[in-house]
Amino acid sequence: MAEQMMAADGRTLKSSLNRALRRQKLRAMLLIAPLLLFIMLTFVIPIGQMLFRSVENQIVGNTIPRTVQELASWDASIDPLPHEAVYAAFAKDMAIAVEERRHTRLGSRLNYELAGISSQFRRSGRDVSDMGAVYTEQFVALDPVWEDPATWTTLMADPDWIAELAAWDGDGAEPAFVVSEAAQDALPQTADIYSDFARVTQETNNRSPTTVQPWNVVYAALYEDLTTGPAPQIDSVPAELLQDAATAAQGFATEDFRAAFLDSSNGWGDTRIWQTIQTFSAPYTAGYFLNSIDMQMTPDGVVMVPENQQIYVKLFIRTLIMSLTIMGACILLGYPVAWMLANLPSRQANLMLILVLLPFWTSLLVRTSAWKVLLQQQGVINDLLVWIGLVSDANRLTMINNATGTVIAMTHILLPFMILPLYSVMKTIPPSYLRAAKSLGATNWTAFWRVYFPQSVPGIGAGSILVFILSIGYYITPEIVGGTSGIFISNRIAYHISSSLNWGLAAALGTILLVVVMALYWAYDRIVGIDNVKLGG
Amino acid sequence: MKLTKAMMATTALTLAGTTAFAQDMADDMTIVSWGGAYQASQDNAYLQPYLADNPDVSAVWDESSNEAVAMLRAMDEANNLTWDLVDVTAADAMRLCDEGLAMEIDHDALLAAAPDGTSATEDFGDMIISSCFIPQIAYSTTNAYRTDVAAWDGAIPEDICALFDLETFPGTRTLERRPLNNMEWALICDGVAFEDVYDTLETPEGQDRAFAKLDTIKGDTIWWTSAAESIQSIADGEAVMGSSYNGRFFSAIVEQNQPLEMLWDAQVYDLDGWIIPAGLPEDRLNRVLDFVFFATDTQRLADQAAYISYGPARMSSAPLVSTHAELGIEMAPHMPTNPDNASNAFVQNYEWWADYRDDLDARFQSWLAQ
Repeated sequence: MAEQMMAADGRTLKSSLNRALRRQKLRAMLLIAPLLLFIMLTFVIPIGQMLFRSVENQIVGNTIPRTVQELASWDASIDPLPHEAVYAAFAKDMAIAVEERRHTRLGSRLNYELAGISSQFRRSGRDVSDMGAVYTEQFVALDPVWEDPATWTTLMADPDWIAELAAWDGDGAEPAFVVSEAAQDALPQTADIYSDFARVTQETNNRSPTTVQPWNVVYAALYEDLTTGPAPQIDSVPAELLQDAATAAQGFATEDFRAAFLDSSNGWGDTRIWQTIQTFSAPYTAGYFLNSIDMQMTPDGVVMVPENQQIYVKLFIRTLIMSLTIMGACILLGYPVAWMLANLPSRQANLMLILVLLPFWTSLLVRTSAWKVLLQQQGVINDLLVWIGLVSDANRLTMINNATGTVIAMTHILLPFMILPLYSVMKTIPPSYLRAAKSLGATNWTAFWRVYFPQSVPGIGAGSILVFILSIGYYITPEIVGGTSGIFISNRIAYHISSSLNWGLAAALGTILLVVVMALYWAYDRIVGIDNVKLGG
Repeated sequence: MKLTKAMMATTALTLAGTTAFAQDMADDMTIVSWGGAYQASQDNAYLQPYLADNPDVSAVWDESSNEAVAMLRAMDEANNLTWDLVDVTAADAMRLCDEGLAMEIDHDALLAAAPDGTSATEDFGDMIISSCFIPQIAYSTTNAYRTDVAAWDGAIPEDICALFDLETFPGTRTLERRPLNNMEWALICDGVAFEDVYDTLETPEGQDRAFAKLDTIKGDTIWWTSAAESIQSIADGEAVMGSSYNGRFFSAIVEQNQPLEMLWDAQVYDLDGWIIPAGLPEDRLNRVLDFVFFATDTQRLADQAAYISYGPARMSSAPLVSTHAELGIEMAPHMPTNPDNASNAFVQNYEWWADYRDDLDARFQSWLAQ
């Protein structure tokens, strides 16, 4: 084995070199670190978060966890309606959600899947606080101490929390309520809902559980706990309190939660509502992605949406076709202009370059609106054509508020993105090549097609990618001039972001668009090769 | 070192002290509205007089009302509330209130009583459609037509169904690119009584019926997304009749002398008003409440009507509505609430639309794309 080369400091030369290289790499990383961090923070993370919404569906499980759990065992083919326990759990979940004002959010979420749910939630949100009042009344009639919030905190709270509260100086927020283990063991249901009650009272309503009487559903839970087992013992309260309550509870009148919900809004007697909740109770869903390809998740599996509501696939295809059309139009119009720019004497070329760049300095909205004035039926171009006599007054051309309008306006707007890369590539093609071809006997066409054009292809590639990718995400111009047949998928994404607030669907549509663009880019790389793209020089 | 620390601590304390005192009222406000003539009327009638009384305050307008719900939701998620007061339509106010993004208010405690002592709740009456909503104006989405269409042979549209009557009134229409209002008008012209419109629309057959009616004019309609587009189309003669907001038509007809005429039949009432975003810090909240108390009193609401033809939300403001601030013409005949105009007005059902908007919109857009 050959003797290893040694550096001056006694290490092997290899490791010494590696160290030096590593240091260099690290220094290089440090130099780009600010940019990397900036891109991560402002670009990658927000986009990732937005895309994540396309599958996220935690709102159902977070808002009505007890209902979701109870509903899991329900089978709609056996019982048309869930059993009473589901409604009772739903009453508890709703009591919390209403206080935290989250129930209508859930309603809007589920309304995307089944029209009419959102008003069920809104209506019952107003009534849910009265549900279970029958238990409250009976407990209070039995012993008025049940009305006293202090009875409840003594019964439920952890002794440490009571001590902490006593020591609290009134500054800032009250110490967060802690439920005692004894209560959890003896009265599991009550402890569960009471903890939520205490949390909401403290966090949302900024009050103390020591001064607020619990909700009716807490009394309902107490009734359940007292009637299901032997009378429980909790040391913090006198034994008779629970003993008496347990004895009396056996004879209590009960609340029919299902009847109460049906009374509040008879939609709760509709099997489909509960099936929808059951179907969408998982924390992650493919529902939004299915919606974005005109399918939907129903209790009976995945089906196509009714034909008269299908729109997204059509829009995706239209977006792709029109973007390709615009790209093609840009190549056709841009190529000669770029050629002239590259071959004129520099004085004229510079002037022309300014004309090409001029539209960049005008507001996009102004340019788009100008097209409207030009192209509309009573517009400049039609007036001119009628005046010349090319078309009759009654048959004015429809060039706007349709796909034609979008293609014309967007080709104009995106043209510089084609001309500039073409120009910078053509600028580097020596004119002598063409002359050489001709002097060797090529016709004008052959010289252009066989010699000049192949050298300009990298410019076409770069321009095409720019124009195509920009146009696929455009939405302002199609919105203004596109009418009904010239709008893109991005218009629907914008609509779902800002009007319908269905961000999950918007995210799914956006994700699909992103994937399609990346797939096309990959295909382009395979076919043409990305090395063949030149933005300049 | 110790000295610097001590000094810093004292400065911090003093700063904390001053903010504690200044916490009464913040001096900056960001008010969100719709831009255009409407925002200008608010600026003239509410904000400038308020700033004249409170020279220390500075306020900026943000023209983002049409995406207010989405923006407020995003601000809530980011926990960074930059708006103080937001002008929204009634339906949006309801949605914001539902989601807990708007503050619930006690109208009687926070708003001025009428000059005769009537409480705010009574003075606004039915206009308070949500506990978060502070009504300002009643406007309507209604129609107008060109008065110079030769092909009509002197016929004049008299009711909403002229929209669907291509024989008597040939020419292009312009309607909003969303189902709201269009579906209702289609059903009304298909013979459905006002009170049955939403019951009918709730059934698939009813929806089919509305779309079938809209089909008859689909090929002759330009669909607009912003109200200005609609006015522009009709003014340029691209369309011969169509829908927009009554205040926009007013400005085209009266202020710009366009050859248009209002078609008030089956105008659809809507309300517009303020909401206060939930979760404002105390000092900013105090400033906003102070402003809102001033800006929604009887006189201020009546003043706004001098700039734009929207009806003030308070009953007590109606008698005070006088003349246009520049043209000097009587404003009352141009108000959507004027008895002559309101004789056959249609009242939109916000709750119903909250439920069915997503589905019908999908169907509507798909119908448009076919």
